Amino acid sequence: MTWPGELVSGDRVAGSLYTDPAIFAGELTRIFERTWVWVAHESELPGPGTFRSTHVGTQPVIVTRDRAGDLHTLVNRCRHRGASLCERQNGRANGFTCPYHAWSYGLDGTLRGVPYPTGYEGVLEKADLPLVTLRTESHGGMIFATFDPGAVPLREFLGDAAGWIDRFMLQGGGFPIKVLGRHRFTYRGNWKIQLENTTDGYHFPIVHRSWMASVDAETANMMSFMTDQDAVTHDLGNGHSVMRMVPDRSDLAVDDGTEPLPARFAPLVEDLSRTFPDDEVRRLVRSVHGTGFNLNLFPNVAMSGSFFRVLRPVAVDETVVEHIAIGPDGPPELDALNRERLRIHEHFQGPFGFGTPDDAEGWDRVQRGAQAVPDLPIMVNRGLSRESRDGEGWPTSHVTDETGMRASYRMWKQLMSDE
Amino acid sequence: MSEDPRVSRAIALTWREAELLDRREYESWNALYTEEALYVIPIDPDTTDHANTLNMVYDDARMRRLRVSRLTEGYAIAAVDAARTVRTVSRFVPESVSDTGVVLRSAQILVAYKRSRHDLWAADVTHHIRLSPEGPDADRITRKVIQLINSDAPVPAAGFLL
Ligand code: FES
Ligand SMILES: [Fe+2]
Repeated sequence: MTWPGELVSGDRVAGSLYTDPAIFAGELTRIFERTWVWVAHESELPGPGTFRSTHVGTQPVIVTRDRAGDLHTLVNRCRHRGASLCERQNGRANGFTCPYHAWSYGLDGTLRGVPYPTGYEGVLEKADLPLVTLRTESHGGMIFATFDPGAVPLREFLGDAAGWIDRFMLQGGGFPIKVLGRHRFTYRGNWKIQLENTTDGYHFPIVHRSWMASVDAETANMMSFMTDQDAVTHDLGNGHSVMRMVPDRSDLAVDDGTEPLPARFAPLVEDLSRTFPDDEVRRLVRSVHGTGFNLNLFPNVAMSGSFFRVLRPVAVDETVVEHIAIGPDGPPELDALNRERLRIHEHFQGPFGFGTPDDAEGWDRVQRGAQAVPDLPIMVNRGLSRESRDGEGWPTSHVTDETGMRASYRMWKQLMSDE
Repeated sequence: MSEDPRVSRAIALTWREAELLDRREYESWNALYTEEALYVIPIDPDTTDHANTLNMVYDDARMRRLRVSRLTEGYAIAAVDAARTVRTVSRFVPESVSDTGVVLRSAQILVAYKRSRHDLWAADVTHHIRLSPEGPDADRITRKVIQLINSDAPVPAAGFLL
């Protein structure tokens, strides 16, 4: 087999990156079981004794918050003979008891109890058999875990992306962000096709023509970045990138008051005005459509305008995607606003949205097409000649260019190549 | 079919709807719904407050019209290359019956075929049906909720309707 690093050069990647099961197996160990992988948002673990089950790569894990409020990520596998401990997606628990022989574990993964212990006298030290635990750290409410005890701290891995996470969270309009719900769907394609897509401005007017035709002119106008020279993508390092479709909405804290609130939100403005002062109402309603950028975090999460997009590799040609709706977490008077956010999310996202199924069809088609002439490269060279470093030192090019994909593949190459 | 002609009419309407959907006659399908009707595919099986919850579909008349355009106008690549579907609707249970309306529960088994692959979509369905004094042809759906048995798990992205 060709050493994977050679499969990626600056402007192209080998088609086998989508189709070769050996490369996929290598990605699981060298990328997903090594780097920081997003596992949850802190609002999904709202108090002591809450948990959420998810995956890191293909490994099932449980993210927990213990009595002291500390976060843990535990591999969902009993240390006795391997049964899964938790099959619920989320909930509250004091710990986890295995359904098979009832070994019981604390929220931090310690083995607490073993039934009929006399058979283990002189054989078993409970302290030797805790659940496998991943390092868990968070930034701005985004919780990540890694299998690698020697990984750099999360903050360092995020690097310049951290500031963009903070900016993304401003869409709470003064309130913290909470998860409102999630769509889940599968597509029959490699995970990197989705990784590329969140930083792919180029496909938008083509694949999403149907969605564009169904929204009001104001919304459609917001997405008319194809020819806006100020709309750019930055390579933020470590595989992360940010695609700024609507640059004026990069920082929702900046508001010169000239942008009119969309007319169709008039009833919402009226509703909120009964509770909140005018400036707060403006801040909230202006944030309904989220930020003007997609922040793509390598390898598995994007903070995409007004929601989170999470990918999970299942097989070389199968991926699960979650589209997680978010909104401000505050008094019940915000429900009207969050209903609006739910409807906007449903309009585009999810297995029956006006956007997602068309994306998924595109990705399925990439997987099918890439089987042909496997030696032909996948081109990610768009905008190479107009890419330059901006004031922050970030390689930057137009929002329709493939700068973000090149960033991800450079990180891919680094992780797949070094020892 | 039911001995109660009101229930029979409701069942006949769900079958008419099923055939229109399999034939992708979306304009005629939408005409079976009243202007106030909601068409809902929930995610959370435990809630009835769909308005305050994320759903796969939560369509009022405006969204249904947009959806019919999307499925028929030819821009949406998922709809242009949609799976072919065959569905059966059965196991009917009338939840309430009056001379003006029937609430009907049923099971729907749908097989979607696309590119050598068959996907199974199983759902508990509830139809709220308004019976018309003008006769069965004027009966209309005022609410339909399609509760997939795997609604809280990943499903394929679809180019058709349930
Ligand atoms: S496998 Fe878990 S207690 Fe035996
Ligand atoms: Fe897209």
